[in-house]
Amino acid sequence: MELTRRNAMILGAGAIVASGLPLAVAAASGDEQIAAFTGGAEIGTEGVTLTAPEIAENGNTVPIEVSAPGATAIMVLALGNPTPPVATFNFGPLAATQAASTRIRLAGTQDVVAIAKLADGSFVRATSTVKVTIGGCGG
Amino acid sequence: MISRRDFLQTGMAASAILGASSFGQWGRLAAQQTLTQDQLTQFDTFGNVSLIHVTDIHAQLKPIYFREPSINIGVGANKGLVPHVTGADFRRLYGIDDGSPAHYALSSGDFTALAQGYGRVGGLDRVATVINQIRADRPDALLLDGGDTWHGSYTCYHTEGQDMVNVMNALKPDAMTFHWEFTLGSDRVNELVEGLPFAALGQNIFDAEWDEPAELFPPYKFFERGGAKIAVIGQAFPYMPIANPGWMFPEYAFGIRDEHMQEMVDEVRSQGAELVVLLSHNGFDVDKKMAGKVTGIDVILSGHTHDALPEPVLVGETIIIASGSNGKFVSRVDLDVRDGRMMGFRHKLIPIFSDVIAPDPEVTALIDAQRAPYMDQLSEVIGQTDSLLYRRGNFNGTWDDLICDALLSEREADIALSPGVRWGPSLLPGQDITREDIWNVTSMSYGEAYRTEMTGEFLHVVLEDVGDNLFNPDPYYQQGGDMVRTGGLGYRIDISKPQGSRITDLTLLKTGEAIDPAKNYVVAGWASVNEGTEGPMIWDVVENHIAKQGTVTVTPNTSVTVTGL
Repeated sequence: MELTRRNAMILGAGAIVASGLPLAVAAASGDEQIAAFTGGAEIGTEGVTLTAPEIAENGNTVPIEVSAPGATAIMVLALGNPTPPVATFNFGPLAATQAASTRIRLAGTQDVVAIAKLADGSFVRATSTVKVTIGGCGG
Repeated sequence: MISRRDFLQTGMAASAILGASSFGQWGRLAAQQTLTQDQLTQFDTFGNVSLIHVTDIHAQLKPIYFREPSINIGVGANKGLVPHVTGADFRRLYGIDDGSPAHYALSSGDFTALAQGYGRVGGLDRVATVINQIRADRPDALLLDGGDTWHGSYTCYHTEGQDMVNVMNALKPDAMTFHWEFTLGSDRVNELVEGLPFAALGQNIFDAEWDEPAELFPPYKFFERGGAKIAVIGQAFPYMPIANPGWMFPEYAFGIRDEHMQEMVDEVRSQGAELVVLLSHNGFDVDKKMAGKVTGIDVILSGHTHDALPEPVLVGETIIIASGSNGKFVSRVDLDVRDGRMMGFRHKLIPIFSDVIAPDPEVTALIDAQRAPYMDQLSEVIGQTDSLLYRRGNFNGTWDDLICDALLSEREADIALSPGVRWGPSLLPGQDITREDIWNVTSMSYGEAYRTEMTGEFLHVVLEDVGDNLFNPDPYYQQGGDMVRTGGLGYRIDISKPQGSRITDLTLLKTGEAIDPAKNYVVAGWASVNEGTEGPMIWDVVENHIAKQGTVTVTPNTSVTVTGL
């Protein structure tokens, strides 16, 4: 199925997905957040998709989408933000899809990272560089 | 550039190999100095499908002069590759004789002398003649417009694009995609698009609120041609709300969206498409990257970066066609589509020499009817030029130097900034400068010439930001314009460095002093993407300046030093 914002909201209404959990501790760095999420486990690259624009149309509201079939949780981080954690989406056993979309605020050009915990307990990671520009002169 | 070896590697039909080098033939014709309409349009009809591509016309209804760039730097994987090859290097690459019509049409060097010999180029009535001739060979040829059509002239501004819609409709396109059209504002774009008798395509035009495909702009359209099922997918300019004022079309979002592109290609293939054509306003390097990531596209008709290439560029099994700008060229692509796939192609980039190709009288009359209400305004002579006035090039053009001079003097500023757009025809030394000529290089729906103060630090940030739009090694992070033009400000740029460290040695030219990051400078500029920008319109600023000068002379610009090549 094609995941749209509308669909994500419908899924969210089912209360089994997309519970964004803003982390209370703001000071921790991206690396520390990742280590806490993975418990220091090795992180692979296949199995999670992060869709984000190459250049943000508006850095205050950047649409992103994460998807990892079979995952139990996906953590999203904006590594260049003063507070890197964006959200952790947890998927229960009845979740129809392990995907979510949301909008995030980016303080500037930076890497956005999605780390998924798969059903077998392993972790995979995807990274996208999102450029935030002052814009101006298109040909 | 496509080599014969590349063709062989693609495993396409042998007939396509022969067809690929039609260009060399007109190089020889040129040497004979016997240019005729028949020779320009000569084409041995091939296969069963014909595509006709026009793009980036920028509302140039009438013949103009247009100088191609002498500086067009490629970075990353595109370093040294077309379209980043200019002048004599370009001619050597394609075997073009110096002084030939191909030299004049496709490359810089000796422009003024050649322009005086070969005359103006373009004119949509000449374009109409070429299209009609192709349709005489192949009545069901598809005409595809890559966008940037409803922008760029006095009449287009005053009719809000209606003049271009009226004339293009007479040419009967089959589909179109978009960029500057959106700067008419979303209400006007919607109104015009709803009235179009052809498809308005854009797989990457989304509803900004829901981040879902916008209903008014379908992603693709199917055509049955020559017994083949053809899907044409549209791709609008990906960075419209960034490079242009997003507040003018807040309902829409864009982006490259290559995952969605792949979905669309897979969808049309599953519906039986035997040929997939991408009508693109990505810009050439973005199209090249996309061709390497998205599988299943046969032909990309590339627009936005205004490149004119006499041969297709091949990426995998995708051919990319670049058809120039300002009405200067028409591309014809004949394809052999059989057994569910593209088996071969033949291509020709047809330069529209306006003194050689006869105008189509009906379209001439239609063009003149659009212009008639404005002729007094259009034709008023404001001044003369002693210098060649042109725009294209990565760093500066004489038109922009003149515009920056106008901003410095008329707005009493220390520093002037002028956007690095790629549209705008050229004027030869000795020509009158009419009001129409000024509008051709300045017309836009957000032409207010602001006057403001900026710190030295912010000026540096601006130059770094625009520099990265041009020289980021990843094409997906480029926006396809040229560097912002500066007046009263010199700098050094090392294009090999990352953003933040490319620009050094900022100098205030009037004193020769280094720019102080903490100090405020009075800056005049135009084409701000910010809502609520105030100031006189840039065309009035430039007109006042030229009128005071009488005859303008632009001295060579040495204020930008480029390194890291």
